[in-house]
Amino acid sequence: MATSVTQPVEAEWKLPDRGTVGIISLILTEISLFSIFVIAYLFYIGKSLTGPLPKDVLEFPVLATICLLSSSGTIVFAEHALKHRKMGAFKLWWAATVILGLVFLYETGVEWHDLIYDKHLTIATNVFGTTFYSLVGLHATHVVVGMTFLLIVLIVTMRGFPIHTQIRRVTFLSWYWHFVDAVWVVVFTVVYIVGR
Amino acid sequence: MVCAGVALPDAPGAHRIENIFRPLSTPAREISDVSILAVIICAVIFTVVAGLLTYAIIRYRRRPGDNDAEPPQVYGSNQIEAAWTVIPLLIVFVLIMVSARVIASVQNAKPPANALHATVIGHQWWWEFRYPSLGITTADELHVPLSGGAQPEPTFLKLESADVAHSFWVPRLNGKTDVIPNRANEMWIDPHEAGDFIGNCAEYCGTQHANMLIHVIVQPKPEFDQWVAEQRLPAVDNPAVAADKQAFLSFSCVNCHTVRGTSAAGVFGPDLTHLMSRKYLASGVLTNTPENLRAWIKDPQAIKPGCLMPAMHLTDTELDSVVAYLRTLK
Amino acid sequence: MASIDYPLEKSRRRQRDFSLSEALYSWVATVDHKRLGLMYMATAIIFFLIAGIMAMVIRAQLIVPENHVVGPDTFNRLFTMHGTTMVFLVGMPIIAGMSNYLIPLMIGARDMAFPRLNAFGYWIFLFGGILLYFSYLGANGLFGAGSAPDVGWFAYAPLTERAFSRGTSTDYWILGILVSGVGSIVSAINVIATTFCMRCKGMKLSRMPLFVWVMVVDAWMVILALPPLSAGQIMLLFDRYLGANFFNTQAGGSAVLWQHFFWIFGHPEVYILIFPAFATVSEVVPVFSRKPIFGRQAMVGAVVAIGFISFGVWAHHMFAVGMAPISNIFFATASFLVAVPTGVKIFNWLATIWGGKIRFSTPMLFCIAFIFQFLIAGLTGVMLAVTPFDWQLTDSYFVVAHFHYTLTGSFLFGVFAAIYYWFPKATGKMLSETIGKWHFWLLVIGFHLTFDPQHILGILGMPRRVYTYAPGRGWEPWNMMSSIGAAIQFIAIACFAWNVIRALIKGERAGDDPWDAWTLEWTTTSPPPEYNYETDPEVRSSRPLWDLKHPDDPDWKYE
Repeated sequence: MATSVTQPVEAEWKLPDRGTVGIISLILTEISLFSIFVIAYLFYIGKSLTGPLPKDVLEFPVLATICLLSSSGTIVFAEHALKHRKMGAFKLWWAATVILGLVFLYETGVEWHDLIYDKHLTIATNVFGTTFYSLVGLHATHVVVGMTFLLIVLIVTMRGFPIHTQIRRVTFLSWYWHFVDAVWVVVFTVVYIVGR
Repeated sequence: MVCAGVALPDAPGAHRIENIFRPLSTPAREISDVSILAVIICAVIFTVVAGLLTYAIIRYRRRPGDNDAEPPQVYGSNQIEAAWTVIPLLIVFVLIMVSARVIASVQNAKPPANALHATVIGHQWWWEFRYPSLGITTADELHVPLSGGAQPEPTFLKLESADVAHSFWVPRLNGKTDVIPNRANEMWIDPHEAGDFIGNCAEYCGTQHANMLIHVIVQPKPEFDQWVAEQRLPAVDNPAVAADKQAFLSFSCVNCHTVRGTSAAGVFGPDLTHLMSRKYLASGVLTNTPENLRAWIKDPQAIKPGCLMPAMHLTDTELDSVVAYLRTLK
Repeated sequence: MASIDYPLEKSRRRQRDFSLSEALYSWVATVDHKRLGLMYMATAIIFFLIAGIMAMVIRAQLIVPENHVVGPDTFNRLFTMHGTTMVFLVGMPIIAGMSNYLIPLMIGARDMAFPRLNAFGYWIFLFGGILLYFSYLGANGLFGAGSAPDVGWFAYAPLTERAFSRGTSTDYWILGILVSGVGSIVSAINVIATTFCMRCKGMKLSRMPLFVWVMVVDAWMVILALPPLSAGQIMLLFDRYLGANFFNTQAGGSAVLWQHFFWIFGHPEVYILIFPAFATVSEVVPVFSRKPIFGRQAMVGAVVAIGFISFGVWAHHMFAVGMAPISNIFFATASFLVAVPTGVKIFNWLATIWGGKIRFSTPMLFCIAFIFQFLIAGLTGVMLAVTPFDWQLTDSYFVVAHFHYTLTGSFLFGVFAAIYYWFPKATGKMLSETIGKWHFWLLVIGFHLTFDPQHILGILGMPRRVYTYAPGRGWEPWNMMSSIGAAIQFIAIACFAWNVIRALIKGERAGDDPWDAWTLEWTTTSPPPEYNYETDPEVRSSRPLWDLKHPDDPDWKYE
């Protein structure tokens, strides 16, 4: 049952894409989640009653940071290749993104191993340990989730799935990945620069 | 089974009915005054709006003879919207001003030189009171000097917690302030009237939150000084109960309770040095009578289920000894 | 299999190819927003009845001093579960249910933006709720720490730390709500995407029904306010299981930090909860006053303003915590300010009624009571925003009275207005006006008898969350009145339940538009077909059905 009357309605009726709105809403809700962990970290700086303290045990994660931030670059190149149907280039750049992400996770693991076994800093040691592992761990969890989807895309593409039909979804995934990288910038600033 | 021994304290001068609008202390009075103003403002707003609403639903109701024509379709009015935004903003401004004044006045008060300083320590589910400058530790009843007349002698309280969050609330003396572990809060009172004022823990703190009463006993200066002098003495050592005292010291009571001047030095439970100087037991739940004391020690769980004092399963003879000894601790 | 060809000779149940297992499966596997909306509502109502019975037991225990209906542990679990259930398992699903059911219909769409996500949201909400209640069976621990959670619905630290909450009951609180919270966030994302991306032709944002406006602002608040709660709960879980020190005061942790995080969620949450009532009243009052809503733009602006300001007032729940005077003044100011747009809404509803031709059908009765009661609730809120007044009244029965005025007196009345208004659309049957009026008047009397005296109890010094009280403190008559009121509310809700059951069985058939209303959902059948509209609607104003009924005087001439 149409409800229009004699006056014509707008000729052009364009609404935003729902996937776009959906992924933006998801990113906003994640920002809200991370903010609380960042606030807790900042609040507890200097409040540990016992050591070890940040300046004693933290070293700036250079390799990990370079890898993660450049993976934002490689994923842009991958998207660009996909838009222009250069599937070979897409696979290459996408695989590079995955590898860089894996290196980041590996470096994080190495750092944590060192902190736990050599420096004797665990989540239970003091409030620094608590806030450190929680914030960095929350971020790492998001990296893992992102990596999972990146890997899915990589594997199905390698096995012949026509990924160019899913450019929209690949773009949303890349936005999520950029978000994860942006959060890393905040996390390392708070943890390794401000907090030391 | 529960609360088997609760009894009404009817000591003279007892004030059992609290009321935030019958203040007896400067901060409570300031709070009461600004609160009454707020209530009046809100009552006026309510009368106007509710009155208009009542009028509207009567005047504009559909009546039986009404035809089906729709009333005039009014969409809005910017002037009216402005009016009923600006007027509330003005009211809000007034409220901000009066609130800020009282907030500053109560929270920024500085203790004068003759102020009494006491520390309140909240425990699950009793109150410990210490007077560091006087060397006194007691429980459940906070004695303070009367602060009426020309020479105000307020009491400044430091609030600490030994376990979870509690809140110290004696309505006629001040608003409540929370008692939080790892955070020292402060509040002050200057009672203008002598008597026994009752309050409650006002932050849910577990099983027996309901039975964590506070008694603030306001005494004129001479009586207060007398109380202080008595509290500072070590425990009475009456030779008539020497055997009972030995029995008491051999039980595990001493692991939790202190009786100054003996070997009992536990700090988990209330200090018992001058137990018989108190009007109440178990944080205001029982009046301090021999029967209640006996029932409490015999089985605290029956009176205050979940409290942290276990039933020690003493035999009747052992119980008689303990009670006989404690009854000498004036 | 799920759609109903309309009209029917025999009901679906009696047609020859009907299979019960297929019908059940069609409900379990549905992604239709209408079915999911009804499932949300039905589940919420069931949890409401459970939590309501808990309230009856609480009031029975408190009817006289030193009562023995339940012991302290049971009582503490009752008020914890009552509060937790009402907020998370009644309030939140009602928001999801009403949004999901009505928004696509009101904007002329065929379904929500993400139908499968919608289904996921419902089932994970249900799972979270069941997980919380499983604590009655599954949680274990030492004396005073087993069974359902007993830490209060806002679970202050360090009471919730391992040292003071032994056993796993607190963990059920954390996990049940964490999981349910995922459902709320997911539902909110769906609402936002639907509202921005699926409106029918001509429905600019400025022409959206106010219901949709309010619920989309609500959804924005959910996606921003729920994560702080989840964050705090994750931190608490780390404390309890990994030995972390977020709220471990012995290691330098802060109990107040939990309060901040909780109330950064908790305050927006209470506005999140009241918004469906605002949304309903903004739709129902115009229809039953026979006038458009007064000040549409102001109403939209007010709701957006409330959404924003509500994120800045949280520490008014913490005035007694010992914050610095400047902090107290800031939060008092913000709390006063949020009252201004809220008042604007009340005035606009009043102005809508003014000059109208009021029909006192049951939905309108609930709306009128809502306005009175919400006015009082708002005013006691303003009183509580006066920090010194709050120092006396926070954590007392005055606050209990205030928030029950907002939740029972306003939210619940608004929800009943919504149910009476849209039940005919959703089911094709009318609820009985007679039983509805009994339900209404008994609830009004019961509600006031229960909660008005509680203001006095707070003034007389009665703290909240106490399982008993001593005689002689002046609290007896008010407690008794309050408990009698609760019994009357029980009867009122029983009337409602009877009304619903009776209508489903033999209710009078509703037409497409039983109330002579003006928004899109009334242009389709009752109940709507699975696809909602045969052809995509096109609108020219915010009251498309008014335009159709009054072609000589359409709204688009004035908007």
